[in-house]
Amino acid sequence: MTSASSELDTHTRTYLAVFGALAILTVVTVTVGYLSLPVGAAIVVALSIASLKGALVASFFMHLISEQKSILWLLLLTLGLLLVLIFILIIAFYDHAGTIIVT
Amino acid sequence: METIPYTVTPREDTGLINAKLGIWLFLASEVMLFGGLFSAYIFLRLGAVSWPEGSSILNVPIGTFNTLVLIGSSVTMVLSWAALAEKRFDRFRLYLGLTMLLSLLFLVVKGFEYSEKFSHHLYPASSSFMAIYFTLTGLHALHIIGGLVVNGYLWGPGSKMWASDPERFTNRVEIAGLYWHFVDLVWIFLFPVLYLL
Repeated sequence: MTSASSELDTHTRTYLAVFGALAILTVVTVTVGYLSLPVGAAIVVALSIASLKGALVASFFMHLISEQKSILWLLLLTLGLLLVLIFILIIAFYDHAGTIIVT
Repeated sequence: METIPYTVTPREDTGLINAKLGIWLFLASEVMLFGGLFSAYIFLRLGAVSWPEGSSILNVPIGTFNTLVLIGSSVTMVLSWAALAEKRFDRFRLYLGLTMLLSLLFLVVKGFEYSEKFSHHLYPASSSFMAIYFTLTGLHALHIIGGLVVNGYLWGPGSKMWASDPERFTNRVEIAGLYWHFVDLVWIFLFPVLYLL
């Protein structure tokens, strides 16, 4: 019983540490936002920090680090399809770049 | 009464309880739902002659505050589940109650932001930026309301299951938590995209 509860204490500490990391990363991303970087760099930095925060939430709060591999494959497939979706839209855009579609 | 199978013991072929596989499939479909709207944002922005900087229209400190509120609610959500695993029902109630209070706070702040925009005559029809801002944050807010309904049920009438079937109830809280963390995760991307870029 004592080992089980101390294991849970470790979990609680992990959750609080992840919360701290998420809070710090939020402050970092806002601070970088005020630096007025060039648009391209700003997008890369903001999305990298967001992805890192997302990975922390998924890994620790959603327990993906200890979850069944089938769930991971399902999520990878979903992310792959999401990238295809975005890619198709971007291709469609550049295919019509310069053409006025809606007047 | 026919009982739902695999609520506590994992199914042999999937290695998961049914509810967990179900929620992850649902969340995968949600990724595509929000992903479609994110694509719409990229498409609108690429095609726009000019695009406003989010921080010139939206209030960044308020958005930052709300981000921290939502992250906090994710922590209390996972702590409420951990409390049940520790068989501490009182703590579960406390943490889930805190989760709901934080979600309500998020909605109140969001409502304040919306009314601020309306008072400046900024509506979804005002510009492409406002259109995608209201669509994305509105859909996200609907998800918060949905989470509040589920969490409210588990905090209130649904918690009776703790006495009759504690393991199944703990799993229910975990599943509700997975949904809640996803809603937090969506906001983690919405915030920089809309407010900072």
